[in-house]
Amino acid sequence: MNKQFICICCPKGCIIDVTYDHDKIENIQGNSCKRGASYVQDELFSPTRMLTSTVKINNAMHKMLSVQTDKPIPKDMIFPIMKQLRHICVEAPININDIIIANILDTGVNIIATRSMEKITK
Amino acid sequence: MNKKLVIIGAGSGGLCAAISAYKHGTHDILLIEQDQETGGILNQCIHNGFGLHTFQEELTGPAFAQRLKDEIAQLPIDIWLDTCVTNITKEKMVICQNKNGIHHIQAQAIIITAGCYERSQGAIALTGHRPKGIYTAGQAQKYLNQDGYLVGKNVFILGSGDIGLIMARRMSLEGAKVYGVAEIMPYSNGLKRNIVQCLDDFDIPLYLSHTISNIFGKDKLEAIEISPVDENRQIIPNQAKRFNVDTLLLSVGLIPENSLIYQLGLPLDTKTKGPIVDEFLQLLPGIFAAGNGLHVHDLVDHVASEARQAGINASLYLENKLSNKPMIQIIPGENVSYCVPQFFHQDSSGFKLSLRVKLPMPKAKLQFFDDNKLLKEQVMMNLFPAEMVTYQISADVLASISTKLTIKAVMINE
Repeated sequence: MNKQFICICCPKGCIIDVTYDHDKIENIQGNSCKRGASYVQDELFSPTRMLTSTVKINNAMHKMLSVQTDKPIPKDMIFPIMKQLRHICVEAPININDIIIANILDTGVNIIATRSMEKITK
Repeated sequence: MNKKLVIIGAGSGGLCAAISAYKHGTHDILLIEQDQETGGILNQCIHNGFGLHTFQEELTGPAFAQRLKDEIAQLPIDIWLDTCVTNITKEKMVICQNKNGIHHIQAQAIIITAGCYERSQGAIALTGHRPKGIYTAGQAQKYLNQDGYLVGKNVFILGSGDIGLIMARRMSLEGAKVYGVAEIMPYSNGLKRNIVQCLDDFDIPLYLSHTISNIFGKDKLEAIEISPVDENRQIIPNQAKRFNVDTLLLSVGLIPENSLIYQLGLPLDTKTKGPIVDEFLQLLPGIFAAGNGLHVHDLVDHVASEARQAGINASLYLENKLSNKPMIQIIPGENVSYCVPQFFHQDSSGFKLSLRVKLPMPKAKLQFFDDNKLLKEQVMMNLFPAEMVTYQISADVLASISTKLTIKAVMINE
């Protein structure tokens, strides 16, 4: 199989063409350094992403609290995790890096707050 | 009321300027913010990728802002929230308004870190009616990330700047269908990483050399049409593609918040749309500008370092330590769209120059001329219009300039 990638390791943005079998790269062209090869290897066989989103928060300045995964997650877990986050509502006060959900969907990854929000009484 | 230093705007620039001025001996500071909290636009930019230069780690916007908020909270700096500056004068009077009334503050120095605003549909002369459903990308971002309100379910995005790309991903994650991003230029203005992780990950097509050619719907947006453009950015007829969408997001550029500069009666740089400054970032002696209020940056790290420098310079001004020698102009030459600062003093000991190139150049020479005489050249890799270039220019180059400094970027073909 063939696939084309834009390498994101540096601003150069090499266009890399790969031929691969189900779990092995057979031919790689277009990368100007080793990092490009390892980027393509990961993107093909175990792509991960950091996920940032929001959850509802009560008694705070805003209605939403910004959160993120504390480690990259497998790409195919993005939508299942988004679905979970939709049901979450936390109470202010919250401190940055507070764990909002531990070990979400058994991934070994925590959802943490990316800011602090004080409790306010309206 | 009297204050040594008044800083207008408490986003990343204002917070950095205040912290830096305080650390360099200016303790009587008032920081004025029109929003209900400090942190500025970072508060709504919940994605990560901020702070690699400043903190050597990848933070989300709110987390970057939190570091600055926590740092300034340790210092006895006055912060007025929910306060709008309506006027400043050449005599450094700052007039502002909040729920307690109108205030006149006599400052000895001012730093303007007022940020920028988004170009809107009026600014790009968008065709058709003005139906509900057309938003700037940042507006939709604020509604979604702070209020939890998704502006639409079927979305098209005009402009491939980073905010547009980030919103394409963000709205997809929240369940909207993003039909595509149209970019009038033949290349994207966004970071490669954002093309991959915001568009490719969600199978969102990027239409290069395309723009909106029609808008349908009178009260409510019903559909849009995009068409290819030729090399002069003119629409090629009879090739329109229609998308039935309820939402159009505009990510078509940012303009420095320059209304206070305008009130001072000062000319603006025609390219940056921000004030014209010297190497100390002064638009007038003792009035400084930094961050997106001076020229639009791509990275908050650059805003932070420029604003810190403004804080240091304001402290030096208050100690009467800035040069008042005659000034020499800096001219953007071939392939350079702008340079900041636009002037420097004859006795300058060197400064950081910011510039943008006009077209993508994988390899180029940055050349410094005194009129027509080449003084210095520097090879640089991967220059893109969307990525600001900074260059530390040394005193020996500056000392040999007698007329004006012209800066060119010449492509090297290999």
